[in-house]
Amino acid sequence: MKEKEIRDELASIRSLMERSSKFISLSGLSGILAGIYALIGAAAAYVVIQNNPMSGRIPLFELISNFVNVILILFAIAFIVLIASILTALVLSSRIAKKKGQPIWGKTSKVLLFNTSIPLVTGGIFIIILLYQGYDAFIIPAMLLFYGLSLVSASNFTFSDVKYLGLFEILLGLAAACVPGLGLLFWALGFGVLHIIYGSIMYFKYDK
Amino acid sequence: MKVPFEKLDKAFENRLRLQVMSVLMVNDRYDFNSLKELLDTTDGNLASHLKALEKEEYIVVHKSFIGRKPNTNYEATEKGKTAFKHHLDALEQLIKQQKTN
Repeated sequence: MKEKEIRDELASIRSLMERSSKFISLSGLSGILAGIYALIGAAAAYVVIQNNPMSGRIPLFELISNFVNVILILFAIAFIVLIASILTALVLSSRIAKKKGQPIWGKTSKVLLFNTSIPLVTGGIFIIILLYQGYDAFIIPAMLLFYGLSLVSASNFTFSDVKYLGLFEILLGLAAACVPGLGLLFWALGFGVLHIIYGSIMYFKYDK
Repeated sequence: MKVPFEKLDKAFENRLRLQVMSVLMVNDRYDFNSLKELLDTTDGNLASHLKALEKEEYIVVHKSFIGRKPNTNYEATEKGKTAFKHHLDALEQLIKQQKTN
C-alpha cells in the first residue's frame, strides 16, 4: 500500500465515523436567516407593544381583555418566526445533506431531533405554565434558557460549535432573568444577533 | 526495517468491512438499512460482508421486529474493537515507515 492510499483510507474512516454518528448537514445560512426573521419579529413585537395604548400604565387586572390580545399577537409573531426558521432550515439543510450524501431524515437527524426536543418541549410547557400563573417577566428568560439547554444537548449529535451558541443563550437567559422589563431586547439578542453571528461562522466554516 | 504488513487484519482487507467497523466504533448499534444507505451499497454485498465480520466475532447481530418489519441491528464486540484499533495502529506504522524510508 502506498502512503497516499493509506491516508485516503484513514480519511474515509474519519469521515464515516463523523457522518454515521453526527448530523453534519446543518446549514449555516439558515442560521443567519433565522436570526434575520427573529429581528424582524422583534421589531414587529416592539411596534405592537408600543401601540398598545395601555401597556405598562394600568395595572394588569384592568386590561385583561386588551392584554390577552397583545399576548396573542406576540405569540402569533413568535410562531411565524419559528415556522419560517424551521422551513428555511429544512430546505437549506436538505440541500447540504444531498451534497454530503447524508439522508435528511435518517438515523443521525432523528437522534439529533430527539435529544433537542426533550429540553425544548419541557421549556415550551413550562412557558405555558408561567403564562397562566402570570409570571410574564420570566417567559423570555425561560425561552432563552431552555433553548440554550437544548442546543447544548444537541451539540453531541451535530457540529460541536452548537454547544457555544447554547452556552451564550443560557448566559443571556440568566441575564434576562436579572433585568426584568428588557425581555424583548434580550430576545432580539438571543434569537436574532446570536443566530446571525453563529450562522455566519458556520457558513464560512462548513457550508462552502 | 520490515514493513509489518502481517499486522494488518485480513478481515479488514475489504474496504466495506473496514467501513462497517468504523461506523460501529462510534455508534452503539446501527441497523442494516441505515448502514446500506450510509455506505451506498447493495443488500447482498453488505450482507455477505456483515456475515464475514460476524464469523470473525467482530460484530454481533440483534434481530427484532418493529411492527411486522424485521429490524436487524449490529454491534461491535470488544474483540472487534480491539482488532480495529490494532489495524489502525498498523496503518499508522506503515505511514511512519514509508516516511523514514
